[in-house]
Amino acid sequence: MTTQTIEPRMELEQHLHMYRQMAKIRAFEEQVNELYKGAKMPGLAHLYVGEEAVAVGVCEALRRDDFITSTHRGHGHCLAKGAAVHRMFAELLGKEPGYCRGKGGSMHIADPETGNLGANAIVGGSAGIATGAALSAKMRGSDQVAVCFFGDGALGQGLLYESMNMAALWQLPVIYVCENNLYGEYTPGHETIAGDILARPRAVGVHAESVDGQDVTAVFSAMRKLVERARRGEGPAFLEAKTYRYYGHHVGDVNREYRTREEEKEWMTKHDPLQTLATRLMQQRLVDTETFDRIAADVKTEVEKGVEYALAAPYPSPEQVTEDVYSS
Amino acid sequence: MGVRELTYGEAVREAIAEEMRRDPRVFLIGEDVAEAGHPFKTLLGLVDEFGTKRIIDTPISEPGYAGIGVGAAMTGMRPIVDVMFGDFITLTMDQMVNQAAKAHYMSGGKIKVPIVFRTTLGATRRSAAQHSQSLHAWVSHVPGLKVALPSGPYEAKGLMKTAIRDDSPVVIFEDKMMYRVKGPVPDDDYTIPFGVAEVKREGRDVTIVATSSMVDVALGAAKKLDEVGISAEVIDPRTTWPLDKDALIDSAKKTSRAIVVDEGYERYGVTAEIASVIADGAFYYLDAPVKRVGAMDVPVPFSPVLEDLTVPNDQRVFEIARDLCQKK
Repeated sequence: MTTQTIEPRMELEQHLHMYRQMAKIRAFEEQVNELYKGAKMPGLAHLYVGEEAVAVGVCEALRRDDFITSTHRGHGHCLAKGAAVHRMFAELLGKEPGYCRGKGGSMHIADPETGNLGANAIVGGSAGIATGAALSAKMRGSDQVAVCFFGDGALGQGLLYESMNMAALWQLPVIYVCENNLYGEYTPGHETIAGDILARPRAVGVHAESVDGQDVTAVFSAMRKLVERARRGEGPAFLEAKTYRYYGHHVGDVNREYRTREEEKEWMTKHDPLQTLATRLMQQRLVDTETFDRIAADVKTEVEKGVEYALAAPYPSPEQVTEDVYSS
Repeated sequence: MGVRELTYGEAVREAIAEEMRRDPRVFLIGEDVAEAGHPFKTLLGLVDEFGTKRIIDTPISEPGYAGIGVGAAMTGMRPIVDVMFGDFITLTMDQMVNQAAKAHYMSGGKIKVPIVFRTTLGATRRSAAQHSQSLHAWVSHVPGLKVALPSGPYEAKGLMKTAIRDDSPVVIFEDKMMYRVKGPVPDDDYTIPFGVAEVKREGRDVTIVATSSMVDVALGAAKKLDEVGISAEVIDPRTTWPLDKDALIDSAKKTSRAIVVDEGYERYGVTAEIASVIADGAFYYLDAPVKRVGAMDVPVPFSPVLEDLTVPNDQRVFEIARDLCQKK
């Protein structure tokens, strides 16, 4: 999917592809919320609505065999890297055909076939894993790149800094993507993050930049350069994507006392990633509203079929409870 | 093919070297492991043969390089992660327990983590409370991890080779007080299967289950017991997980008395688990309650006169066994 030099027509196709991916993630997440509200989904989920441009812009710059590690708010990453909607839903419902045969659930979707080494419910817990995947790529002489997704909350974890230090020492092809959505759970970042975020990776010699995480083309073009750089052996990078989650920390966090409705409205109306891209493409008179209506209808169908499939899918059989504790 | 006398440390080194020659995916990562050859000198010379790309010195960042090991293991490599002192597994716990141990299960069997965490146990090195603990019970508690405790040079080589070839995460605890202990070690490519106990000495009157260096303590006690006409059987489980429950139960059924000796803290530890396995499996054959002998439940003290009190010794095991055999 990586495109080096892009013809205008191809560029439009790529933009529409990214739009479609974002629309799919949003429709998926809205459906997850419905499953929760309808008491059809066990447990909780952390919705990615509002942040779609980050996962899509990042993954659009990756190859299928590049690695990602994801987070508790990971559905968007998994879908953007190529996961199928119906098997995602099946996993969220704890069903046998889910990506993890129902054993992982919302916070642990892994799909090695698309390079997804797993979503991680320990905040920052995958910083080492992504760095290790990059070390492995280098040792095996492949030109794979690894991306570590994490939120601003993970900036408090020592593991991240230890990993970045080693990635810089050994010039590993890993990109640390910080999704800064301003709140770690229920606490605003200004109460938990001292100093300048980019100064942290820079202190250990990791190239660092920020990007508007609501603008998918900006994320993609920043990421493409960082991926090419890493593939050339020029070492790790850190990308801070400034973004916002429209829902609460998880589906049960409906009151969101820690932030104002005005702030939410500002992000949703002025910085919405789907609207931003759609408006730009229409202003350039490249497409009309029908294009977006068609995409919305397509993803709606895909999501409806996916959730129907998952609701009808079987649960794991009881004997599976002891399977796969060990691989040998 | 032949059998030479090697030290425990040399046996470990030979196992790692042989496996690294056999499998290019095997590498070793940790602190002071390359030119320094490890503070215990167990890895001397490996860097000369395999170079710094496969014997990798790290910063003092145990969680970071443990995580890097996990990521490399998920993506086609077979790392040995060197954790210098067993006390430092407190620092690597998230990567061992939440990441390595669970990835296979949580991914529905799709992700494998063939990693070896190599670390130490054992007191009486006059290193005080933070460098002397035997914390193998902590990881034995966790489904997804295998735990090996070599009790001599032969086991040190054979169990290490099995650990490296295993597709599941293995934690191997070497007794740091045994590195200079010599014993016969075959120079061929043997392995020791996990989950198979070894009867170190046959006996009729009492079973002494002992792990790691406590096997020597048990054999010393058995000699003293001989002198008072008590025939002790000494059995080494070699791995706390998988645990060869049948062998332990069968031995206790035969002798009708059992003592479990292990250098971990006595409370909530390996001795408790094994005693319960025996009590449960051999209840109707037992003439006395199963006795446990672990390290004293205090932080390991520095002063030699105090430290020596905390560790089980052959005299104490002898006395407990003698008293046990006098009961009817």
